[in-house]
Formats: sequence, structure tokens, C-alpha cells
Amino acid sequence: MADKIKVATTSLAGCFGCHMSFLDIDERILDLAQIAEFDRSPLTDIKQCSDHVDIGLVEGGLCNSENVHTLREFRKSCKILVAVGACAINGGLPAMRNHIPLEECLEESYLDAVGVENPQIPNDVELPLLLNKVHPIHEVVKVDYFLPGCPPSADVFWKFLTDLASGREPSLPYELVHYD
Amino acid sequence: MYNREHLLEAAGTPMPLTETEQSVLMRIVDRHAADATQLVQILREVQASFRHIPADAMDSLAAALGIERAQVQAVAEFYTFFSTKPRGRYDILISDSITDHMLGSREIAAYLSERLGIQPGETRSDGQVSFDYTSCTGMCEQGPAGLVNGLTLTQLTRERIDRIVDLVNAGTPVTQWPREFFAVKDNIRRADLILKTELKPGSALKWSNTRGADSTLAEIEKSGLRGRGGAGFSTGMKWKFCRQAKSGPADAPAERYVVCNADEGEPGTFKDRVLLQSYADQVFEGMTLCGRVIGARQGYLYLRGEYLYLGDHLDRVLQERRRNHLLGSNILGEPGFDFDIEVRIGAGAYICGEESALIESLEGKRGVPRNRPPYPVTHGYRNKPTVVNNVETFAAAALIGLKGGAWFADVGTEKSKGTKILSISGDCAKPGIYEYPFGTSIRKILDDCGATNTLGLQIGGPSGIFISDREFDRVLGFEDLPTGGSFMIFDRTRDILEIVRNFTHFFAHESCGFCTPCRVGTSLLRNQLDKLCAGHGAKGDLVELTHISKLVKNTSHCGLGQTAANPILSTLERYPELYEQRLRAKAFEPGFDLDGALEVARRMAGRDDAHAHLEQEAVL
Amino acid sequence: MTAHTITIDGQQVPFIEGQTIIEAATAAGVYIPHLCHNPEFTPHGSCKLCTVKVNGRNCSACTFPAVDGQEVLNDTEELNETRRAITQMLFVEGNHFCPSCEKSGNCQLQAVGYFLNMLDAHFPFFYPSREVDASHPEVMLDRDRCILCELCVRASRDVDGKNVFALSGRGIHTHLIVNSTSGKLADTEISVDDKAVHVCPVGAILVKRTGFEVPIGQRIYDHQDISEVSLAMEESVAGESHGG
Ligand SMILES: Cc1cc2nc3c(=O)[nH]c(=O)nc-3n(C[C@H](O)[C@H](O)[C@H](O)COP(=O)(O)O)c2cc1C
Ligand code: SF4
Ligand code: SF4
Ligand code: SF4
Ligand code: FES
Repeated sequence: MADKIKVATTSLAGCFGCHMSFLDIDERILDLAQIAEFDRSPLTDIKQCSDHVDIGLVEGGLCNSENVHTLREFRKSCKILVAVGACAINGGLPAMRNHIPLEECLEESYLDAVGVENPQIPNDVELPLLLNKVHPIHEVVKVDYFLPGCPPSADVFWKFLTDLASGREPSLPYELVHYD
Repeated sequence: MYNREHLLEAAGTPMPLTETEQSVLMRIVDRHAADATQLVQILREVQASFRHIPADAMDSLAAALGIERAQVQAVAEFYTFFSTKPRGRYDILISDSITDHMLGSREIAAYLSERLGIQPGETRSDGQVSFDYTSCTGMCEQGPAGLVNGLTLTQLTRERIDRIVDLVNAGTPVTQWPREFFAVKDNIRRADLILKTELKPGSALKWSNTRGADSTLAEIEKSGLRGRGGAGFSTGMKWKFCRQAKSGPADAPAERYVVCNADEGEPGTFKDRVLLQSYADQVFEGMTLCGRVIGARQGYLYLRGEYLYLGDHLDRVLQERRRNHLLGSNILGEPGFDFDIEVRIGAGAYICGEESALIESLEGKRGVPRNRPPYPVTHGYRNKPTVVNNVETFAAAALIGLKGGAWFADVGTEKSKGTKILSISGDCAKPGIYEYPFGTSIRKILDDCGATNTLGLQIGGPSGIFISDREFDRVLGFEDLPTGGSFMIFDRTRDILEIVRNFTHFFAHESCGFCTPCRVGTSLLRNQLDKLCAGHGAKGDLVELTHISKLVKNTSHCGLGQTAANPILSTLERYPELYEQRLRAKAFEPGFDLDGALEVARRMAGRDDAHAHLEQEAVL
Repeated sequence: MTAHTITIDGQQVPFIEGQTIIEAATAAGVYIPHLCHNPEFTPHGSCKLCTVKVNGRNCSACTFPAVDGQEVLNDTEELNETRRAITQMLFVEGNHFCPSCEKSGNCQLQAVGYFLNMLDAHFPFFYPSREVDASHPEVMLDRDRCILCELCVRASRDVDGKNVFALSGRGIHTHLIVNSTSGKLADTEISVDDKAVHVCPVGAILVKRTGFEVPIGQRIYDHQDISEVSLAMEESVAGESHGG
């Protein structure tokens, strides 16, 4: 089929749990493959979004500059951008560092902690810098849909994608809405 | 004498109070008869003596007053004039009203900050001085204004700042500073019924003793007088409801209260200050008259903390009235006519102008508005029937008591009888106090005060509305433009969004925090507007601003939240293009400064390469 | 007894003199979303989740008295949207990381979010710094999750007679304080059986070592929404307090 829906996925400051949960749709993935094709995604190992992606699924919040770049690439390439999971929606567990000043976090991790050898703050230009706070993605780009859950269950992905594929406005019934 | 902060810093933990300190504390408590309802007054004195509310003092006070420690702490942390960390021996606050801004207060403050070597909110390391901003101090036509140790400073200039800094550094007591620093002028420019009619102290009471309470009330009702504090409720009705309200068991003596609302916190309002300065007798006479009508024996005048300098003056007037048998028992020889008045001073909280929050404050609590119903007329101070009226309302009532209702009702319009005293400030040649009959047009007022090139004005303060130059034929009155008296004029050199931003910051700062929409919403509005004004607004942000505004307006608990979005809503309606001009062409902009958010990491990693930065790029 | 009635979304609802709108509604099996209201305590009116339209005007159903003939709107798209926004405000104001919260699945804030189909918190997060108090051997206070409803304040004052809690500060800086010199729970009289320990609608006050006891799938709101749960629990209380 020529016009399959193009889906891209990525994990920013997340744990890949959302991706794992997505794969829990199990054999339904075959049905999905009928209507959708994967673009940039850890599942395909494609590293760059193609120009016109239909749906971008973003797991994880923003904890560093690289996350911001990736997110922007997704926003530019994807017609529909979806925040997937607690971390993308509110920063999630990584955001629990937000009430500790970044300075202290870095000092504790790289300078002061027990067992640190050769204490220094990594400064290689290849490394992305950390943002002061971890932010949800809707604070940096416009997000079209939100799939809550930590992780959202496979049924959430399934319901959402099938709704979209069949031209329905996606909606989640009570049982599928969870913040944990 | 109190040099605690050095010890505190050295020890890192609060020091127990010394014996001397403990006895200072207990003397304060004794002065207030260990009355817990006077907690705000007591903490004012503790703050003045110790320059903060020491943690240990909270325990001692709670024990001495028979209340919970948590109540003492909660009150100490609610009012802005209290602090739990030591402030400087000289505590300088600069008024942050838009009218002060227009007179150059921000430049003055920056200069002060530079001269003192401290940033707003800081105390100098030698403990000598601290400096911060504060909400409007009510000196709008004689700013830039400020407070030093609670006392009003007017007409600040760079030269004055130089002298003030010298006095601070030399440790000269504030009582020995030049008097002219503290001069507060009346600036009455147009007097009408209230400001022109002479009232000999006691004359209205005498008349009332002759004709009786019923007939006095009838005159008040006939006058059509409506509250001057903003809401415009019929004063006669309020007094009647209170008089009729049951105050307790039938066999117990009736307990009712009269409260004069002199909180005057609405930025741009200063007419109550002038009434209290120069017409205090008239205001007290109105309160006493009310006491007679409703059967109250005690009145309170709740004076905003910013008007501390008026405290002694008011006490002297009260003393004089007691001497003349205009207060006390058997007033003017009338058996059973017992009434007295006490001045209670606030501590920096706009919300305490809201009548039920004011009552809470009078009871020694945080100024959080109560649920209504029940209303203060049935359940007010100490849960007893209470009349709360504005200063100007009492001043008018006193004259009506003397001259009769018809005298008053003759002036004004159908639904708005009498006159209204305006506090005019901003861009005009002759700012000050103007009293006009209701029904007067804005155009006439602008002409009188010498306003030219006028862009628009904010009427009723930040909680009122902004009206544009297309609306100058509108008139004062409850039918059209109701106002508590604030009248701030802006000419075409002014930036409307900056004005709105100032007001929006004000509300976020003054929200009491009780209800969700106002507590969270006013801060969201502030941040949203800041983003817009900083040039980072996108189309979606304007939609969002409107959305939050409506939410805060429609679901907040009290008048503060219900009006907090008015500056935004009323200017969005009149000048949508001003907002749109500020927007980026994009639909979406990040909500925070991305490159700034990398600053700490950059510094710590010692990097400044291209990868170490982020653009504030908008997309879509 | 004369029959008093109001209508809620067109439905006739009887009430007894002195009842608030929410009390009348609950007794009649009509759910009005709420968080700071708990029928066992004095009405409070701070969260504004119970906002209803009474004769065209917004009112808090939990404090507003029912008056004969009132026409109340409750379950409308507009009101639910408003309530969703208020719930979102509560989420961004604190630090709510449900996946790591012991209350998850049993939490009223979360359940209200589910009920209102709230999928994200919409507003920018404040990420405030708030203190956790783990000083007490049995009771834990995590202020990150406090929604300032003052139920613990009311319970401790009115039922336990201990005044352990109070709200302090102002505006967005409003916070819960503990009534002791150290400000710590360990230095108060609070005990694990106190009402105050069990009224918290969210995961701010918790009994230690009981977290995650109920497995996912069996928690209060896993299969039943808060309207059902709340009515089942509160109808009886409403009946008791105004039965006579
Ligand atoms: C946030 C807020 C602040 C207020 N501030 C004042 C004030 O400073 N002075 C005042 O007289 N009324 C103020 N009011 C109005 C009072 O609640 C009350 O209506 C008034 O004191 C009644 O007096 P009146 O009938 O004489 O106007 C305020 C109301 C709100 C909601
Ligand atoms: S509207 Fe604002 S000031 Fe009024 S009660 Fe609510 S939080 Fe307090
Ligand atoms: S208190 Fe409720 S909403 Fe907050 S984190 Fe815990 S479960 Fe989530
Ligand atoms: S701790 Fe719980 S009960 Fe107490 S105010 Fe906070 S949310 Fe309410
Ligand atoms: S439930 Fe009514 S305001 Fe909270």
C-alpha cells in the first residue's frame, strides 16, 4: 500500500518503557503493519526523520540540549506530535531532580559522591548540556495529543492509532486513562 | 540593641531569646492585654523591635496569648510587613505602583540599590539596611514614594536618596531625619458636598440624640447613600440588616460592631488617606452614628499598614472626642449611648480590604475571605452582626445625619446619589483629590485636572477597568462607571502592556492563596504576560491568556480573583492590536528561556562552544 | 415538613433547610466533583472544583446553601472543562509524580483527573521546592503533593482536638505548616489513628510502611470512577448529618 501512515518514535529523557509497552500490542503489530510504516525510531534504527511523517510519538521529557534538538526535528517532520507517557507529559521521574539545583546535582554526581575517581565535570563538546530543570515537551513545542500512563498500556497505543487511522478523533475511555 | 542576625548567621540556627528580649516581648503582649485578636498589632511591634519575628518569639507569644504556635507563624508569614528573617535596622520599601513608576520610581530604586550595594529583597551584610519593593503606598500624586521603618516617604529624588543613604550609614534615628522627607500633602483640588460642608464635632450626634435612632436610619435610607468602597451596597440597608440581626441569646446584651474599612489598598486610591488626615472627626462621627443606629458599643478603624504615620493623629482625635463626650459612655449625656473606637493597623495585605478578610485580620488571623453567606451584617467580627463601611461612606453618613437625606439625594443621578471623591494621579497637570457629583463626565474631569494627550485611564484601580479615549463621554456612577475612587490617567507616551503587566504582578503578589483559580491562576497570568511582553509570545499564548483570564474571573472565591484579570480583559477588548503586535509570527514559542536554562551546565563544564547553546526557536 | 426542591441539570432534587447544594445533590445520588469538601467536616470552599452554575452564576456547591427553586447546572461540557482546568492548576502547582506515589490509584486528585478525562496538565509546571517531613515514626508528610485543601487542618482541629496542621504563607507561596517549634511532625501529638492522618485526599499525608499494599487492579479507582465511589461513601454521611 502506497499511503501507509508514517510513524516515527523517539525516547528523550525516558526509560524506553513506553516503547516496550507499545510492543505489548503483541500480534496486533501485524495489523498495524498493514496500515502503518515506521520511520525514525529505535525500532527501525533509522536515525533521521523523513520529510513528511504523519505521527510522531515522543517518549520522555527534556533534560538536555540534545533532547530539545530531537524534539524540534520531530515537530518539524511530523504532522501530528504525540506526548507519550508521564515523562513527556510532566517530566516524570527525571523531573524529580527539579527541586535540587543543577549545580548540586552535578557536584554530587561528578565531584563529591563517594567512590568518584578523578572528579571533574564532563566537558567534552560532544556531550549535550543539561537543562536547569527537566521539562515536559509541551513547554517547548506544540503538542497535539497526550497519551498518559507510566507507561501507557498497549491498548492505549492501539486505541489511539486505530482511531487516527480510521479518521476518528482519538479518545481514551476511563479504563485507559492512567497517570501511573 | 538587637544584634541577633550576626549571632544567627554564626550559629546557623535560631538563638533562644535572651532574658531582656523575652521581657521586651512580654511588655508588648501586656500593652495589648494579652488579647489574641490583637495578634497583628502585637507582631507589628515585635517586628519593629526585633526587625523580624524570631522563631522563639512565636512560641512565647503563643503561650502568652493562649493560641496555637501555628497561628502565630501563619500570621507572621502572611503579611508582607512581617519577616521571619532579620531585616535591616533601616527597612526601606519603594512603592511599586504604576503611578510611582511613571514618576520615576524604578530609576530611583535602582539608584538606591546601587548606593546601598544590595538588590531588592536583600539586607546588607552589616544588618544596617534592607530594601525591597512594596505594593502601592497610596502616595500616587506625590511619588515616587516609599516607606522607611513603616513611615511614609514622599517625592523621592536622587538627591533625597543620597541624603537617605548618608543618614542610614551614619545611623541617624528616623525620628531625626528631615521632616520634609515625610511630608504628606492633601492636594484637595475640588471640594463638594463632603469636603466642603462643615461638620462641628458632635453636631450630627446631637441631632441624632434629639430625633432618635429610627429617624436617623430613615434619613440614611432616604439619602440613597451607597457604599464608597467599591461594591456600592446601600448603606441604609446594611445598617438596617445589622440592626435587625440577632446578636445572640435574647437575654444577653446585644453585641454588634462597627468597622471602618481604611485599608485603601487599591493602587491609585488615596482619598481615604486625605479624609483621615483632615476629616477624621467627620469619619469618627459617622462611625459613632452608625453605632447608635445599630446598637453597637465598639467600633474599629482598620488602617492599612502603609498609613502608620496617621496612627498617632487618629489616636489624638479619638482622645479629643472622648474628652468632649463624643465617645465613651452616655455620649453627649444620652443614657445608654455607649460607644468607643479603636484604631487597628494592618501589615501589608491588599486582601484585608475585602470586608470578611478584614474581619479575620481584626481577629488576629491571616486575611482570608470567608464564605458568604453568612454576611458580616449577621456574622461579622467575633461572629456578631457587624457593619463594615468605607471611610468615605462614614464621612458622608455623618453629614447626612446632620443635614438630612434629602440634602444628599438632591445631588447626583437616579441610582447614584451624592458625590464621589476621586484620587486622581498619573499624566495630568494637577493630580490630587477631586470631589464630583455622580453623573459627571470623564471629559470634564480630565479637563479640570489638566490632562492632555490622554490615551486612556484606569478607573477603579487595577480591579476596575481601562477606558480608552473613545469613551470619555461616559459618566461617574453605578449606572456606568462605578469606582472606589482610583483614577489613573495615562497619556500617549505610555505603554499599555507595561501598565497591565504592573497590575497583573500586583494581583499575583496580593492573592491570599485560599482558592485554586486565583492562587495558581494569577501567577500563571503573570508568567504568561511576562512572556508576551518579553517578545516571546506566539498566537497560542494570546488564546491561553484569554482562557486563563476567564477562568480566574469566573471561578475565584472573592473580588480579588474575580477582578484580577480585568486589566488584561479590558485592554484586550479595546486594544487587541497592541497584543498582536507583540506576538511572533509563529503559532508556538517555548515557555521558558532555553539558552538561559543551559547557563549553569555551561559554567560548570566550562564550555561556550556552539553546541553549548540553544536558540529560542519557535516552530510551526 | 414542607418539601423544598432545587433542580440540578433539570432533575428535581429535594433538600432540607440548611443543606448546601452539594449535600442535597449527594443525598439524591447526584455527583458534583469536589476535593476540599468532605461531608464529615465544615464546608470550606477553596478548591473550586465543585463550581456549579446557580441561576446563571458560578457558585461553590459545597458552601452555597440550597434555596427553593434554584436552577443548578452541574454536568455540562463548560463546567467540566472549567473543572478540568482547575484540576490541571492543582497538578502544575505541586509536584505530582503519580508513578512513584504511594497514593496512586487511591488518590482523589488523580481520580478527578481521570473522571474529567484530563490527559495532560496543560499549564507550565511550577516545580516548587517543598519540604518533606519524614520525622515521625509512623506518619509521613510529603508537601509536594499537598493541594492545600485544609482537610487535615479541619480534622485535627475539629475531631482530634490537636491542631497539628495549619496553612501559612500567602498566594502561590501558601504552604502547610506543622504546629511545633521545630515544625516537624515528630514533635507534635499526632498519632497514626488520628482522623487527620486519614482524611488527606491525596498522597501528602501517609501512614508509613503501608504504601503500595494494594496491588494495581484492586485499588479504589482502578475500575470504579470517583463519582460512583464518592456517592457510595458520602450518601450515608450526608444522610446521617441531616437526617433529622
Ligand atoms: C480585594 C478587595 C479589596 C477591597 N479593598 C477595599 C478597601 O481598601 N476599602 C474599602 O472600603 N473597601 C474595599 N473592598 C470592599 C469591601 O469588601 C466592602 O465591600 C466595603 O468595605 C464595604 O463598605 P462600603 O459599603 O462602605 O463600600 C475591597 C474588596 C475586595 C474584594
Ligand atoms: S480569589 Fe484570591 S484573594 Fe480571593 S480568596 Fe481566592 S485566592 Fe484569596
Ligand atoms: S497525590 Fe495523587 S496526583 Fe499526586 S502524585 Fe500522588 S497519586 Fe498522583
Ligand atoms: S496535607 Fe492533604 S489534607 Fe492536608 S491540606 Fe494538604 S492535601 Fe489537604
Ligand atoms: S469542593 Fe467545593 S470548593 Fe472544594
